[in-house]
Formats: sequence, C-alpha cells, structure tokens
Amino acid sequence: MLELQNISFGVLESQGKKEILKDISLTVGENKFVVITGPNGGGKSTLAKMIMGIEKPRSGKILFDGQDITEKTITERANLGISFALQQPVRFKGVHVLDLIRLAARKDLSAADACKYLSEVGLCAKDYINREVNGSLSGGELKRIEIATVLARGTKLSVFDEPEAGIDLWSFQNLIQVFEKMRETTNGSIVIISHQERILEIADEIVVISDGSILKHGTRDEILPEILGTASAPSGCQFYRREA
Amino acid sequence: MDKILQTLLEKVADLHGVPEGAYNIRANGQMAGRNTTANIDIVTREDGKGIDVHIKPGTKKESVHIPVILSQTGLNETVCNDFFVGDDADVTIIAGCGIHNGGDMESRHDGIHRFFVGKNAKLKYVEKHYGDGDGKGERVMNPRTEITMDEGSYMEMESVQIKGVDSTKRDTVAHLAAGAKLVVQERLMTHGHQDAESRFDVCLDGENSSANIISRSVARDQSHQSFYSNLQGNSLCAGHTECDAIIMDEAKISSLPEITANHPDAALIHEAAIGKIAGDQIIKLMTLGLTEEEAEAQIVNGFLK
Repeated sequence: MLELQNISFGVLESQGKKEILKDISLTVGENKFVVITGPNGGGKSTLAKMIMGIEKPRSGKILFDGQDITEKTITERANLGISFALQQPVRFKGVHVLDLIRLAARKDLSAADACKYLSEVGLCAKDYINREVNGSLSGGELKRIEIATVLARGTKLSVFDEPEAGIDLWSFQNLIQVFEKMRETTNGSIVIISHQERILEIADEIVVISDGSILKHGTRDEILPEILGTASAPSGCQFYRREA
Repeated sequence: MDKILQTLLEKVADLHGVPEGAYNIRANGQMAGRNTTANIDIVTREDGKGIDVHIKPGTKKESVHIPVILSQTGLNETVCNDFFVGDDADVTIIAGCGIHNGGDMESRHDGIHRFFVGKNAKLKYVEKHYGDGDGKGERVMNPRTEITMDEGSYMEMESVQIKGVDSTKRDTVAHLAAGAKLVVQERLMTHGHQDAESRFDVCLDGENSSANIISRSVARDQSHQSFYSNLQGNSLCAGHTECDAIIMDEAKISSLPEITANHPDAALIHEAAIGKIAGDQIIKLMTLGLTEEEAEAQIVNGFLK
C-alpha cells in the first residue's frame, strides 16, 4: 500500500551538505503495524515527514496504493488517505478541541461523538472539548489531542511520529492500549516512529534506521531480540558506531 | 427600511426585525424606531444630536439595542449618547454601526458613548462595526467611549470590526472606583488599504479595582494598524493588557502597551506580540485535508472568534 523507492534527502549546513536519508527503500503492506526505530538523528522523523509530504525527497519515488504521490501536496495526500500525528503538536489560539476534531473528521460531529475520540486517548472528554488548543494545555494533553485527530480521520494509513514523547509514565499505559485497539480495529496500516519497547512489542514489523539508512527490517520476532540487547544479540551500540 | 439598511442591521446587531426590549434605531441620521420599557427610558438629547438612555436601579436581564446604519453617501454625522446604568442593574447594551457606501463621497459616523455604571451594577456592552458598498467613497468610523465605573461595578466591553471599514480611530477612556472591574475584548481585522488605530486609557483609581484589556487583530494586504494602551494604577489594583496580532501580506502593525504605577500596590502587566501565522499551524491543518488557503482562513477565524 505504501512504497518508498530509493528515497534520498539532504540539507545544507555550514560545514557543507548533510545527507539525512540515503537511498531508502521500504514497503508497508496492507493492514500492517510497522514500527520504525533507531538512534536519535538517524532520519526517522524525516522519513515520516516524507510520507506526509512535509518534506520532499531529492530523489526517489513514493507510491501509495500504486499511485505515484511524490509530487503531491500535503493536502492531496491527506485526502488520498494518509494521516500524520506530529511529534510536537501545534498550538492554536482560539481554535477549540472540538473544532479540531471536527476538522479532522471532516464533518459536523456532535460534541458527544467528538468526545468518544478524546476518551479513547484517555482524556476526560467533557473537561477538554471546549478548551482552546493553546498554551494552557500541557504537552501530554496536546499530544493526546493530536492522536485523537488521527483517530477521528480513520484513514488507510496513519503515521505517528514518536507518540510517546512528552507523555508521562501514567498515561503511557493508556497510550499502549490505544495502539493495541487501533491494531485490532482499524482497517488500515499504521507506521509509528518509536523507541518504546512496549510499542515495538505490538509491531508486525520493525524497521531500524540509523545514519540515514535502513539497518534492519523484519518481523518483530526477528528484530526485537537483536535490538533489546539480550545476551544472544549484538549490542545496541553497533547502531551508534555507524553514526560516529 | 430598504434591503441595504436591513442587511446592515443584521450585520451590526444580529437583528432580523424589531428587537425585543428597549431600542433606538438610527438610519441615515434620522430616528427609525424606538421602544422604551418600564425600566429603560430613551430620550432624545436637547441638542438633537444623540440620546440619553436611563436604566433604573435594580433592572435585571434586560437589553438595549442602539444600532446606527448609514447608506447615504457623503453623510457625515457626530452622535453623542449617554448611558446611565442604575445601581445593582444587570443589563446588556448592543450598539453597532454599519455603513454602506455606494457613492464616491466619504460617509462618516463619529460616535461618542459615555457610560455611567452605578454601584454594583453589571453591564455587558457589545459594539460591532461593519462596512460595505462598492463606491469609491471611504467608510469612516471614529468611536469614542468614556466609561465611569462606580464602586463594585462590572463592565464587559466587546468590540468587533471585521470587515469593510476604511478608516477607524477608536478611543476608550475609563475611570474605575473601588472594587470595579473592566474587561475589554477587542477583535479587529483590516484589509486592503485600511487604517485602524485603537487607544485605551484606563485609570484604576479605587482600591481593588481591576482591568483586563485584550486585543486580537489581523492585518492583511496593505492595511495599517496601531494599538496603544495605557493602564494607570493609582491605588491597590490589578491591571493586565494584552495585544496579540497576526500580520499578513504587506501589512504594518505597531503596538505600544504602557503601564504606569502611581501607587506601590499597583500590580500591572502588559504583553504584546506580533507575528505571522506559524508554518506548522498551516501544515497541521493541511494534514487534516484542508488546502493552504482554507487552513489560513480557519486560523484567522479562530483567532478572531
């Protein structure tokens, strides 16, 4: 359903050009739950942004349901059925939580229906539905509202960029349940950028990205033992050594 | 009343016909309708250039509508209205000015509103400004609001100018006695070559008086805005002024918040921010399927809501 073919991307820095993604090819199948992991600065978030169209590759192609979407805008991709939860949710003065959920659902949801999505991400809906999506909400609250907007869209492909970032330990359990439920009920594919073992544990497939390249890609059972640093697995340090 | 005037009335006062309660409608410089109630009296001033509105002490949950609408090009008028809100009253006053200028001459309405809010009275004052018409003549509105608040009174002022006024110079002056509280919410959008200036001078004279002045504005195209607010703390008091603006296209905005403490127990805060719409806000809404233009409109509408 999603195919990345030979994707490369770089940025210009004071020291010269820096390669962020180097010839990445990856296929995400129908109804698959794929977790992308790897050291910080390895290119994971950039790859997620490529899928949504927030960044455009220097070379390579992106296919969605067989259609070439490389040159399509964010809006076009969203309307084709791709959703994206940002790592750092955006604040909007004057826009209420209900407005945002309605925009995501693309219909005039009743407050009660919108509340269902908030409840799913562990927010007591009636306390939040009429609040502004502004600085008065904590990072964790904003993050959960961000995830609720993706749930409200219910698209064929949902991409989450580090959903656990900024969420406290107590809420994390709840978040895992959200993804477990999505895995069971959603008719679509899910791509999550994550470092969390609990999220890796519910993946169908795990992709390890380091230094702009795919280091490993396989089923959870193949990859997880290796990256958890068990006695029989190589040390996680090998991923970092590549960056040095 | 013709269709143009009816549309203006709807825009500035949300009125589809004759309002309930007390009202005074002024159309093209003439009185077009008036109603008084047992508790609210409206009388024409002796000089004929405005009205006096008397609200009896203890009047509860009543409203007064005083819309002014102009559709005659070249009409220039200055109107002075005084509002006497009796002690312990709890009322809403809805003013509004709409100008339709289909001609080439300037149409202008200068309104001076004076409010005398009685002891422990509660007043909500809503003011909407709107302009339309495709003539070359400018639509000009210069409102001046003078507020005198007695002990323990509360006033909430909501002023909205979203569309069609070419030039506006707004001036608001307030004096607050002990325990009085003033809340101002200003919403302003300018476009084209419009020019808007808004000035607040609020004197916190009495002990435990407080004021909160919040202005949110959007300037687009080649429009120009300037905001000035001065809070003076003359007693033990609390004041906060905030000006938040979104700048777009080639617009220009200046913001000058000022706080003056003339008493050691005056606690005053000012905040001012001008910036364009954040790129990540647009991106977020685009990931929900909105186009860039729709995302921008959504952000602006939310900001000015």
